[in-house]
Amino acid sequence: MADIKADNSLDLRGVLCPINFVKTKLKLESMDVGQVLEIVLDDGEPIQNVPKSIKEEGHKIVEVKKEGEHFRLKIEKR
Amino acid sequence: MADKFIEDKVTRVPIKKDGQEVKVDFNDLKSGGFIKQRQKDQFTVRLRCPGGRIDTKKLIEISKIADKYSKKNVIHLSFRQSLEILYVDYKDFDNMVRDLEKIGQKVASCGPRVRVPTACGGCEYNPNGLTDTQGLAKMVDEKYFGTPCYHKFKISFSGCPIDCSRTKEMDLGFQGVVEPTWDEDTCTGCTICSKACKEDAIKSHPETGKPIYDPLKCIWCGDCIRACPTESWQAKRYGHFVRIGGRHGRHPREANDVAVFIPDEKVPEVIEKTLEWYKINGKRGERIGKTIDRIGLDSYMKFMEPVFKSGEPLGRKV
Repeated sequence: MADIKADNSLDLRGVLCPINFVKTKLKLESMDVGQVLEIVLDDGEPIQNVPKSIKEEGHKIVEVKKEGEHFRLKIEKR
Repeated sequence: MADKFIEDKVTRVPIKKDGQEVKVDFNDLKSGGFIKQRQKDQFTVRLRCPGGRIDTKKLIEISKIADKYSKKNVIHLSFRQSLEILYVDYKDFDNMVRDLEKIGQKVASCGPRVRVPTACGGCEYNPNGLTDTQGLAKMVDEKYFGTPCYHKFKISFSGCPIDCSRTKEMDLGFQGVVEPTWDEDTCTGCTICSKACKEDAIKSHPETGKPIYDPLKCIWCGDCIRACPTESWQAKRYGHFVRIGGRHGRHPREANDVAVFIPDEKVPEVIEKTLEWYKINGKRGERIGKTIDRIGLDSYMKFMEPVFKSGEPLGRKV
């Protein structure tokens, strides 16, 4: 999959649940529909929970990359 | 005066309260929603709140009634999701029941019968919820509440395997499940499902990242479906995990897992057939779990086979 260009990014390494999700949500709210937000999430609880919540809010995860102990996600605002 | 004596056949007995004549109706007391307190003349009145859900307008009216009749102006939240109005004088029962009837609020029960069902939030608003627990609790309350049994009979609905409604501790429990199915074409091998799975039922292929699913470890919670960014994991079927014979209290007993993927529309049949088996095989003062221990689970499973085959029968102790 070709790299998708991100309009914004958030480094959420070390940020606990549910603050990581709330930060993601707030950032997405400040963006336009169709724009892409890149977030970096820790393995474990954050990667278990945040993608589910993003989906439930109606946004689309368009790219997921594992980088060592963390994940880089690209989210398209819906 | 003849009616100074309370006779068995009399259901309404006149009594004096503050110089005025009021009546006590034994039919009100029969179903047992009036529970004696340690204080003289004081009772707790248990209200019927299936699934613990109460309309706000009704709640305001209930508070007014509680304020009028509770000598200490208190309500207690029962362990089975009912509102209990404390410190009610038995001489006020008749008036209170009438006031409750006006707002469409019924009194609950205790004793040997089908109790008010309990339920979690379910799929309506809880993100984990897989089944309409509230709707089913309402249905059970309308159809089966108060059915006489040999002992108390508690039914509960949990919407997912987290099991907040403790189906493992109920005489009959229904817990929501979903069977996941995976589509290889749309999967990008992102590995999120294997991370989302708390049961170690999904591993990621070391090269492709695609899921390797172990159905034996799966508890059908649907976390993979909810987490999958590309909708490659989908719900194949929803249903209920059915548990029988659980109880807490003095002699706790963990329920037997008896069936899985029982669809919503078969829930009434499961209840009816279970009560029928209990009626045939149980005895007075015996919870259904004890009947199962005495008669054997096989007898129950055989009896239930026609309805359990709508899902998958299990018949094992958890």
